[in-house]
Amino acid sequence: MTETGALASGTWLHPSLLLILGTLVIPFLRGRVQQGYRLLLSLVFLWVVWTIAPGTYGSLQFLGLDLVPGRVDTLSLVFAYVFSLITVIGTIYSLHLKDNVQHVAALIYAAAAVGVVFAGDLVTLYVFWELMMLASVWLIWRRRTPQSYAAGMRYLLVHTASGVMLLGGIALFYTQTGSIAFEQIDITGPAFYLILIGFMINAAVPPLHAWLSDAYPEATVTGAIFLSALTTKTAVYVLIRGFPGTELLVWMGAVMALWGVVYAVLANDIRRLLAYHIISQVGYMVAGVGMGTAIALNGSASHAFTHILYKALLFMGAGAVIHMTGKSKLTELGGLYRYMPYTFLLYMIGAFSISAFPLFSGFVSKTMVVEAAAVDYRMWIWLMLSMASAGTFLHTGLKLPYFTFLGRDSGLRPQEAPWNMLLAMGIAAFFCVFIGVYPAWLYGFLPAPVDYNAYTLDHLFWELQLLLFTGLGFFLLLKHVGGEPKISIDTDWLYRRALPATARWVGDRGGAAWQGLLTLSRRSIAAFVTGLARHHGPGSVLARTWPTGSMVLWVAIILAGSLLIYYV
Amino acid sequence: MIEHHLPALQVLLPLFAAPLLMFLVRWPTLAWALTTAVCWATFLVSALLLEAVWAGDPISYAHGGWEPPYGIEYWVDTANALVLLIVSGISAIVMPFARDSVEQEIPRDRIAWFYTAFLLANAGLLGIAITGDAFNIFVFFEISAIASYALIAMGRDRRALLASFTYLIMGTIGTTFLLIGIGFLYMMTGTLNLADLAERLPAVRDTSTIRAAFAFIAVGVSLKLALFPLHLWLPNAYTYAPSMVTVFLSATATKVAIYVLLRFFYSVFGVEFSFGVLPMGYVLMPLALLGILIPSIVAIFQADVKRMLAYSSVAQVGYIILGFSFASTLGLMAAMLHLFNHAVTKAALFMALGAIVYRIGSTRIDAMAGIARDMPWTMAAFVVGGLSLIGIPLTAGFVTKWYLLLAALEAGLWPIAVFLLATSLIAVIYIWRVVEAAYFRERPAGAAPVREAHPALLLPTWTLALASVVFGIHTALPIGAATRAAEILLGGYP
Repeated sequence: MTETGALASGTWLHPSLLLILGTLVIPFLRGRVQQGYRLLLSLVFLWVVWTIAPGTYGSLQFLGLDLVPGRVDTLSLVFAYVFSLITVIGTIYSLHLKDNVQHVAALIYAAAAVGVVFAGDLVTLYVFWELMMLASVWLIWRRRTPQSYAAGMRYLLVHTASGVMLLGGIALFYTQTGSIAFEQIDITGPAFYLILIGFMINAAVPPLHAWLSDAYPEATVTGAIFLSALTTKTAVYVLIRGFPGTELLVWMGAVMALWGVVYAVLANDIRRLLAYHIISQVGYMVAGVGMGTAIALNGSASHAFTHILYKALLFMGAGAVIHMTGKSKLTELGGLYRYMPYTFLLYMIGAFSISAFPLFSGFVSKTMVVEAAAVDYRMWIWLMLSMASAGTFLHTGLKLPYFTFLGRDSGLRPQEAPWNMLLAMGIAAFFCVFIGVYPAWLYGFLPAPVDYNAYTLDHLFWELQLLLFTGLGFFLLLKHVGGEPKISIDTDWLYRRALPATARWVGDRGGAAWQGLLTLSRRSIAAFVTGLARHHGPGSVLARTWPTGSMVLWVAIILAGSLLIYYV
Repeated sequence: MIEHHLPALQVLLPLFAAPLLMFLVRWPTLAWALTTAVCWATFLVSALLLEAVWAGDPISYAHGGWEPPYGIEYWVDTANALVLLIVSGISAIVMPFARDSVEQEIPRDRIAWFYTAFLLANAGLLGIAITGDAFNIFVFFEISAIASYALIAMGRDRRALLASFTYLIMGTIGTTFLLIGIGFLYMMTGTLNLADLAERLPAVRDTSTIRAAFAFIAVGVSLKLALFPLHLWLPNAYTYAPSMVTVFLSATATKVAIYVLLRFFYSVFGVEFSFGVLPMGYVLMPLALLGILIPSIVAIFQADVKRMLAYSSVAQVGYIILGFSFASTLGLMAAMLHLFNHAVTKAALFMALGAIVYRIGSTRIDAMAGIARDMPWTMAAFVVGGLSLIGIPLTAGFVTKWYLLLAALEAGLWPIAVFLLATSLIAVIYIWRVVEAAYFRERPAGAAPVREAHPALLLPTWTLALASVVFGIHTALPIGAATRAAEILLGGYP
């Protein structure tokens, strides 16, 4: 660590810059050399990030502003650590792949994400923010299906809007405060909301979340790993940094946690189901940010850390299934555990982690956020988060594996996933268990000192009770309804039976309303475009070649107008 | 001694070299080589001039030893040194590109004539920028315009003739208005020297003659710089001109006209008169906003990429006019900055397009389907230029967008800030249409095979594409020059 510190006093090589420059070589390498190089590059990146000592590195002038590209403190390090770790895992997972565009895009994407968390000022942040968007969209497009192209377009559109709001907010912030330092955004007025909404779009906070569940399932098998890990979690980081204690976020987060779970009911595509659970899990983090207490922020940061690992593991498992079978629908899969036992096992470790089973990583981080709600006496928030927890287990821990790996035989006879996929999943699974068993390791580098023990009796009882009854409900219903279980789980042993029903009712109505809104807006957009084309299209009044006389008429009008204005 | 005569050389080099080219009709390559040498020499001269005025005082050069205000004065300060650098720099960079492109598009026996006209246009534009004499501005406007009409008329498409003719009519009206305005000024003050005018105008400025002069000059120059809705000549002229001419004119001609308008508004009439007594801000701002919005939307619907970029140029002029309609140092600085950044960016785009035309012979989007696989370098340059046009961070376009935003917010006009951000998204759409066609569509069945463009075409294209990135990161030169230019223009003549 001292070496890097000493280096910092001289010139500092930004790890993102190192990685971006490193990727430029990739297109010129082939075969095994390229595989080795990519692995080496990601490992070097990992090493550089993990050996950075906290401090402020590098400063430069740009547009007359003081940029701080390297603000390294405990908060940014938590995120940088896990981003670099997932870069290595994702690289291993995609070793077999021969698509230079994806390799370059994925690594630049990772570099940009680390750039965002190290950014000490808003302009640097914005630059990396846009770079993330530009790089990540290729991970969707390179699936090369018409659906992925359209989904990528929508993804780009939403994130451009988020970038525009962010830039507008930053410019306004700068004119108001005269500073672009990225600390807590403590001003009032439009700048606050513009920046907040810009961040919230990337965090997929409903109702600005639709891009995520739309785009991620259409991404490439390997690209989805990076996508699931980076975009929303950088947004969580910037929210922790910029908006801790914003009351609005508590409720948004809690709604989000439930929203993702409710919508996952409708999902048939395995990766769409997982994508909805990203929204749900990020909801915990957003709620933690909103509560803003030390334990809540710690909870958000640690949950982001563990979430990236187990969600990547889940996406890798689903990706392996898609890679080996070419199918991605729950209704088309089934009985795969005999042919892909390792994938199944590793997937289940991820599923236990996301469901917060004791001894798995989710348990030590998610309970921290839930606990933060409890110590703040936020009963409703606590309830909503707990309920979402049950739903998570139901979908990712029971429904998805049941219909994919167990259940009725689908007739598919795939091979086990290739070694590199299993290795990548193995590494992620190791961390899931390691953190669950030895949480002190994770707590050791959280932003605030941790005075929290996940393994208390009441935590264990509460969590196990929640999970076991959810499981019981699932299998009981499974028996009754046969092959196609309705996910109307009996949660009346939970406080009220009505709550989830209400949530679902709102979800369904919300979904219908959303669809209606979409149709309506699609129609009005179509009308709008037709109108635009009528006036602006080729041959229309604004675009056609005018007779010279009419042009001169315009000149006369403008001249007469000017004279009139000047004389009056 | 020679450095003393740099201002004269700046114009005389291309002006005197032009007739020489007529002796080289039989040796087009030689004509090209001579033009290239002259262009690089003028580039060197303008670089030296900028260096001289950057540190020191403005240069005043009296032609033939006739002291101003009686003789013709050349006046160089940072504001017009930057414009000179843009014009001469673009012409120097475009020349290596011109060789192949012109050989393909212009009949062999007319290539020397073509370069003659090109050098005359070049000399005219440089002359407009450098001269400190109002009547001289008119003369050089005519020189550059008449040469440009000839250049545009040499386009392969027969519609080029009509486009050139329309441009001729409109351009003549524009310069005539300018002349009428200058005549009024002369009538009231008895002088043509710009600095002298600035000194004598305040005494007579409350007369209706001066107001009429102002109106004629404003409208006349606005016609030349294609301010919406006086832009109607531009799309056709740019679309049907030979590729190299489009690159050159798009980057320089409108920019020089904008500079003239700035000079008159800020230095000659004075900011207090232009924006205080006369509500020029309220006239220009709505036109600028409409001029950004409508041509941008029109650009989306174009099937011809060259025409699309031409409409985009009209929109970009709108951004520049918007910047200087704020009448603040920051706004003016943003305008000067965009003058520079847009010249680089748009030239890169038109050049990449020229390289594509050289291979596929068409500028239609449909014809460009799937060419990215065969012309990766050309298309990559187009994408880089497009990113800069949109204003993605780390490109020159972003730097301008940022300062325009700050200027709008400084003026308390946050709806305009929103408008700026929203319209930059329109650029995303029309650039995207090209990218989509080139990268995501398949080559149409039966299309002739395409090869990557010649390095002679690629090198200048990439020079400008990289420049639009370099000036987005290393901003000292454009921002320093633009800031000083804004201060000088606002300060008026010393």
